[in-house]
Amino acid sequence: MQKNTFKGRVIAGGDLTGEAVVSHQGLNTLATFQKSALKNAKQIIGSDQNNPDVYGKVLTGKILCLPITIGSTTGGLVIQTICQMGINPSALLFSQEIDSLALSGVILAHIWEESPIIAIDKLGDDFLNTVKTGDKLQIKADGTVCIVSD
Amino acid sequence: MKLTTEEKEILNGSQGETMAKIMKTLVMFGDMAGAKRLVPVTHEGHLVTSFGISLIKPLFRIMDEIIDAGIKSKWQFTADPRPIDYKNVKCNVLNKLVFSKIMYGQQKRYEEQLQKVGLRKPSDFTCTCYLPEVGNTPKMGDILSWAESSAVVYANSVLGARCNRNSGMIDLFGNIIGKVPEFGLLLDENREANWVVNIKTTTLPEAQVLGSAIGMAVGDGVPFIKGLDKFLGKELDAKTCAYLKDMGAASASNGAVGLFHVQNLTPEAIQKGTAIIKTSPKHLDITDEYLQNVYNNYPVLWKNQNAKPTLCFIGCPHLSLEQLVDWTHRLTVALQENNKKKLAIRTIFTTSPAVLQAFQKKHEYQQLIDTGAKISSICPLMYTNNPIAGKKPIITNSNKLRTYSGARYYQDAEIVDILCGKKEGK
Repeated sequence: MQKNTFKGRVIAGGDLTGEAVVSHQGLNTLATFQKSALKNAKQIIGSDQNNPDVYGKVLTGKILCLPITIGSTTGGLVIQTICQMGINPSALLFSQEIDSLALSGVILAHIWEESPIIAIDKLGDDFLNTVKTGDKLQIKADGTVCIVSD
Repeated sequence: MKLTTEEKEILNGSQGETMAKIMKTLVMFGDMAGAKRLVPVTHEGHLVTSFGISLIKPLFRIMDEIIDAGIKSKWQFTADPRPIDYKNVKCNVLNKLVFSKIMYGQQKRYEEQLQKVGLRKPSDFTCTCYLPEVGNTPKMGDILSWAESSAVVYANSVLGARCNRNSGMIDLFGNIIGKVPEFGLLLDENREANWVVNIKTTTLPEAQVLGSAIGMAVGDGVPFIKGLDKFLGKELDAKTCAYLKDMGAASASNGAVGLFHVQNLTPEAIQKGTAIIKTSPKHLDITDEYLQNVYNNYPVLWKNQNAKPTLCFIGCPHLSLEQLVDWTHRLTVALQENNKKKLAIRTIFTTSPAVLQAFQKKHEYQQLIDTGAKISSICPLMYTNNPIAGKKPIITNSNKLRTYSGARYYQDAEIVDILCGKKEGK
């Protein structure tokens, strides 16, 4: 039977149920979020041409599942800004240890924007191999993530 | 993290609420990253945020808060390039309106904020602050609070300084406090290579494609690159440094590489040799076919794939003096061979204000200008990364620019052929 419950480390906790969008490759924060943010759009549509997993997908309010973030060191400020704009994914679930840029973004969003964005890391490779875009996920404040249904 | 008495006092508000929030940010950052303490920054800073994009409201608001609290950065800093230069990168009326009033409407305000907080000089806007002409050049072992992925990877790899891939805002906060959390690339054990990359190409690979291939494969790993010294030699001269600058930038934008070692070339690879490779590293063989495949898979985002390019950017990251001279020689020869005097496409070379000043003293400067080329110190990424410029068929030799904009990538030799009218870019 396939495992459907995973436990990670809480970076910024909370309880949430929502829909997953999965990036199997490192998510380029600037390339993914910039287009919608620069247009002052009401929601983010993934704009990274090099990442077919998220390109063209709505990310606002979704649970973004990823290994780490990559790319420009504006990454943290980009996360902070989309949180300030209120168009951020509701949660970031990292299979690996969170990278310094995403970590900065989550902390900046919490301290300076009082954003409720959830972040959990170290969920493991199994998590990213199991979860699929469109899955319903339940996140608990202790860092537990359940795939509720396909 | 274990904090000193002074650090605890700042955290508790001894230097005001804003300093307490800045310290809280660094402490949370360090705690979650596994740092045990804060360590002193030992060299000037570099900030990735140089652009007054109106929508980045948190940046301007926090800068105002810092200024209102009377805070000056402990370490002065340089910053990434400005986004606009109407003199050398001409825009039509609509473009100017969008750039000045909408996109970069906060530019003047933000530059004033930077100067109040600690910008080293009003002209200090470049992504290549580490070049000798600019002079923000750390020495081996220096602890930095820098952002700008291409500058961080260069400082770590080519100069042997120590810096994490910090985010915008965190870079400034580290320079204000004068300390950064000690984790990641600040520690010896994390500077060891966990990848061995074997270069098995028949010629020197294009730096931007090689960096891209490495970044895609290793992600945030630390690669030890073997076989590159066969082509580059064993001396970190200006040409080799420029190659590593471009390779590193591509590895940091197509991956998250913050440090690489090149056998027999970069300082820690020379100092420690293969002992710097961890046990059981992952392996990557790079062949001509591998790189060709990477290149062939770059998506072309132009609406009309066969459009004739109208603009070319060369210099992301900013060009070194040696690169400007080299491009001048290559284009001059190619134009002569094709019986042309002017470049076929409007072409902008980008470099730092300090390197431009040095280039202007060389006879090649006038030669390059005579080809019709313009030289600017803007950030091509900031120029192209907007809805108006994004629709133009722009070409570039920068993999980083390709990654973040609709610009189409060509290798250097192809760019020369296109600019000289020998080959039609499309």
